[in-house]
Amino acid sequence: MFWLAAIAIVALSPIASIAAGESIGGRLLQTAGDEKIPTAGVTIIVSQDGTEIGSGESDAEGSWEIPVPGAGVYEVVLDTATLPDGVGLTNPDATELSDVNVREGQAKKVIFPLGEGTTSSVSTYERVGALFVSGLKLGAIIALCAVGLSLVYGVTGLVNFAHAEMVTLGAVTAYFFHASPVGPQWSLLVASIPAILVGAGFGALQETAIWRPLRARHMGLVSMMVVSIGLSFAIRHLILIVFGGEPRAYPDFAGQPPIEILGISVVPKNLVTIGVALLVLAGVGLFLQKSRAGTAMRAVSDDADLAESSGIDVNRIILITWSLAGGLAALGGIFFGLNEAVQWDMGFSLLLLIFAAVVLGGLGTAYGAMVGGFVVGVIVEMSTLFVPNELKTAVGLIVLILMLLIRPQGLFGTKERIG
Amino acid sequence: MDWGSIFIDGILATIGPVTAAYAISAIGLNLQFGYAGLLNFGHVAFMLVGAYGMAITVEFGGPLWLGVIIGVLVAMFLGFLLGLPTLRLRADYLAITTIAAAEAIRLVVRSSWAEPLTNGVFGIQGFADSFFALNPFPPAELYGIGSLVVTGRKLWVMIVGWTIAVLFMLLVRRLMRSPWGRVIKAIREDEDATTSLGKNVFAYKLQALMIGGAIGGVAGMLLAIDQQNVTPDAYLPQVTFILYVIVILGGAGTILGPIVGAVVFQFLFFTIDALMVNAQADIGWVGDLLTPAAAGQVKLVLVGIGMMVLMVFRPQGILGSREEALIDER
Repeated sequence: MFWLAAIAIVALSPIASIAAGESIGGRLLQTAGDEKIPTAGVTIIVSQDGTEIGSGESDAEGSWEIPVPGAGVYEVVLDTATLPDGVGLTNPDATELSDVNVREGQAKKVIFPLGEGTTSSVSTYERVGALFVSGLKLGAIIALCAVGLSLVYGVTGLVNFAHAEMVTLGAVTAYFFHASPVGPQWSLLVASIPAILVGAGFGALQETAIWRPLRARHMGLVSMMVVSIGLSFAIRHLILIVFGGEPRAYPDFAGQPPIEILGISVVPKNLVTIGVALLVLAGVGLFLQKSRAGTAMRAVSDDADLAESSGIDVNRIILITWSLAGGLAALGGIFFGLNEAVQWDMGFSLLLLIFAAVVLGGLGTAYGAMVGGFVVGVIVEMSTLFVPNELKTAVGLIVLILMLLIRPQGLFGTKERIG
Repeated sequence: MDWGSIFIDGILATIGPVTAAYAISAIGLNLQFGYAGLLNFGHVAFMLVGAYGMAITVEFGGPLWLGVIIGVLVAMFLGFLLGLPTLRLRADYLAITTIAAAEAIRLVVRSSWAEPLTNGVFGIQGFADSFFALNPFPPAELYGIGSLVVTGRKLWVMIVGWTIAVLFMLLVRRLMRSPWGRVIKAIREDEDATTSLGKNVFAYKLQALMIGGAIGGVAGMLLAIDQQNVTPDAYLPQVTFILYVIVILGGAGTILGPIVGAVVFQFLFFTIDALMVNAQADIGWVGDLLTPAAAGQVKLVLVGIGMMVLMVFRPQGILGSREEALIDER
């Protein structure tokens, strides 16, 4: 049930626009198996500080929109009595969204996830178990993204903020091939292949078009990091323009019913995410240990000059590293989109946790980033046992800061790197 | 397209209190990044704690002047806390930690836990009445020439804001011409050499971070006073990125740079935005290509591209000198 709650939170992302009047709206879709059925004739009431501002009814498409007088914070209540028989909120306590913040000119979208009515009563064991699985899933996604960031840091010394956009790009490209009305509408499995290729290609393109020329100009690493922040900012908003501000879900595997394992209710796609990520990470490990390119990558990471003088084509190795990082980030992005939602700033929202994983494991170490990813994922999800859900990311960031205090080189790093 | 009104709106935004607040915040960031070479990517957190320090003090019955003092102290304390673990580390670690800390602070401030103090996502409103009570101009009266007019209320915030900006600029100039400032610049140029001269590099960096943070805190207060409103989501990481563009555009490590940068940036930002919104509405093919919301985002794409292009082709910005702008290998 936790991922459903996550959808409801993700849905409240603001899109700034200046022209139109303010309103609150959304679309009521009932999830039944893999299908989404529009739910018509449901009354929704918007009020502010206890005073009713307006109300509306969802139309045949399930859409509803209620104009509000201006920017501000509103409460949105769904009248459960008007729901059709057999349809209920997937989280029965969420009939009221109390802190809907509408900005100037914004047409705010909110989501009430609908399904078959359920009641929530779970034991501590089930809750801890489900959170642990959910933590492993988040950890798997972070680890996939973190390895690439760490490898690129290893071979070039660059902390690449635009890594976040490689994650988003993967998820968005998969969405295009999978669900876009103008795309080929392949299944998500098939659509993942071009998405990963686009991710790898984008990594290679970044390297050849931006980073290699900048290295040739002997630009310093700090300046290059500032450039990567600009790049990240530009691409993120470009994706916002093309993809729009609303979070979207992949139609495949949406609303997958959970199964019971050892008394813990788990959504199968979470397990698939963890399993595939472990396989891919093991593959990356083998590649680094056994293949020529992987060995060369480690050599460049240790000492680029020495590697070059022993006959390794450093620029080629860096290019391979960027493609690998781009492909892995795209895969991480697809899994992130599968388990949460595809959104223009999804990569950026994950970036700080990726940094936490990389720093925890030790900047520049591939295996450290993998372990760090899982540790951060589990800590973040398990922390919701003690802190409110909205603070879990903050917990991850505090872990990052504490790690720097206690052991700045990370779990697997060597001391001289931090200098 | 109405060129006249686009231009007037651009000018009004450029001289307004928001630009003054950005200029002040950029002066603080310039002290940290331009002069001391500290890659502080969480500058927005100083603005946040400054504004909240002030608003919460007033909320709990304190006078506004006490709130301002507390805001400054909280911002300095944040600089102290952030600097302790990170200033001994390399620049990229400082960048990661500061941006992470800024987000963590914003998330905590907007959480239900902090609600008794911060009022969560609702924020705090109406704490600056005593500031507007001092306003000598009738608040509803219009001042200006032709269609370039502002209300008396706005004028009051503008005058105070720009006065503070100029005062801080003079303060930084004074600091940088003092022995303290020379050590700060020496640290930027060569940390090891400065250490070998017997200077406590760590202490100097910490002081620069704290003073710059306090100036950022004042900027946050000005923004909050102008709106009579603080909400956590006004302090997103992108504010810091925009401040970097302002500092680099004006010229990192120059006295006038942050003010020039803020004015030029805001003018371009608002003019481009107005142009895009108008083009979207009036020019057919632009309207077909972009939705109104998307047209409003084009300016942000340009901010990112501008940041890259500046850093690559003119890292010294408008006013800086090339030698001082090579902020590297520290």
